Amino acid sequence: MSATTIELDRSGSAAILRIAGDVTSASEPDLMAGYTRAAEGGAGVVVLDFSALEYMNSGGIGLLVTLLVRAQRAGTRLLATGLSEHYRQILSLTRLDEAIEIHEDETAALAAASV
Amino acid sequence: MTNGVVDERPTETGRDSANWAPSVDRLSAAGVEGAKVDSVTGKRVSGPVQGFGQLWQKTFTIRLIDANVTPQQLIATWKRDFATFWPKYATFYAPLAGIAPGEVALFDVAPMPGAPISTGVLVLYADDESFTFMTPEGHTLSSWITFSAHRDGDVTVAQAQALERASDPFDELIYMFGGNKLNDRFWQETLANLGRHVGVAEPVVSTQVICVDKRRQWRHVRNLRNSASLRTARRTLGAPFRRLTGRE
Repeated sequence: MSATTIELDRSGSAAILRIAGDVTSASEPDLMAGYTRAAEGGAGVVVLDFSALEYMNSGGIGLLVTLLVRAQRAGTRLLATGLSEHYRQILSLTRLDEAIEIHEDETAALAAASV
Repeated sequence: MTNGVVDERPTETGRDSANWAPSVDRLSAAGVEGAKVDSVTGKRVSGPVQGFGQLWQKTFTIRLIDANVTPQQLIATWKRDFATFWPKYATFYAPLAGIAPGEVALFDVAPMPGAPISTGVLVLYADDESFTFMTPEGHTLSSWITFSAHRDGDVTVAQAQALERASDPFDELIYMFGGNKLNDRFWQETLANLGRHVGVAEPVVSTQVICVDKRRQWRHVRNLRNSASLRTARRTLGAPFRRLTGRE
C-alpha cells in the first residue's frame, strides 16, 4: 500500500488537488488538510485530480462524501478529473457522480467551471 | 484514447476491481432464500448523497483482547456467520453466494413488536479485511456501512463504521425520536456478540458519533414514495381494521 500524497495548484479562482497513491480511510488527515488549504482564499471551485490515483477502497469513497459536504457547506463546486474507467464506474455505482461533476481532464473541468 | 492521444492511465482492472460490486442499475434479490418479503428487487441503491436527513458518521469499535484471531480470520468469520451476530429482533437473510461484491442480502428488523421493517443491502465492497454494505431506495437510512478489522499492537480490533442519513422526512422524525439511539444499540450489540464469539469474556464496545452535516436535503423529500417505514406504519395501523373486516 502506498501513501497518499496531495499537491495543491491553483488556476484562477479554482484550486486543484492532485491526489496520488492510495486513498483509504487512513488518508483522512492528508485529504482534509489538502482540502482546507485548497479552500483557503475562498476558492469557488475545487478540482480533484485523480490521474495518479493508484487505489481507492470504500473508506476512500466515504472521504469523498465528507469532502462533498464541506464543499457544499461553503458553496464550493467539487469536480473530479483523471479518473480511470474503473473508478468512474465506482462513482457511478455509489451515485456520487450525481453530486461530484466528473470531467475527462483538467482543461475540460476548468472550462466547465468557467474559471 | 481521447483526441488522438493515448490515455496512459491504468485501467485498474487488477488490484481492486474484484473487490467492488459490478455496475448495476436496479438491484435483484434473486440470490436470497428464506425471506418472506423482498422490498429490494427493482430498487436502486441510495447512499448518503441521496438521503434526506442530517449526515452522521458512527464508529463502533471493539478490541478483541485475549482473542487469538487475525484481522483476516475475523473478517472471514464475520462474513460467514454475519446473521448470527445480529440482535434477536433482527433476521438477516444472507445471499446464497455469501457476502461477496455485488450480492444482495435481505433482512427483517422489528425494533418494536408488531412493526417489522423488511429491507436489504447491496454488498458494495469486500476484501480480506473489510466489507461494505450500501442501502437500497426505501431503506430507513441512505447509508454505507463498512465492517473492518485491523491490528493494534497485539490486539485485533473490529470496527463497524456507518455514514448515514435518514432517507426521508418520516424516517428523520423516527431517527430524531429514538431511532438514532436504537441504531447505535443495534451495532453495539452486534459487535459485542462478535466479540463473545471469538472469546472475549466481557466485550466493551466504544462508540463515536459525529454529525458530519446538520443540514437536511429537502431536494430529496420525495424519497417518501419508497419509504419502507411508512409502508410498515400503514400496515401496522391498518391491521385492526383489516382484522375487523376479515381481510387479514
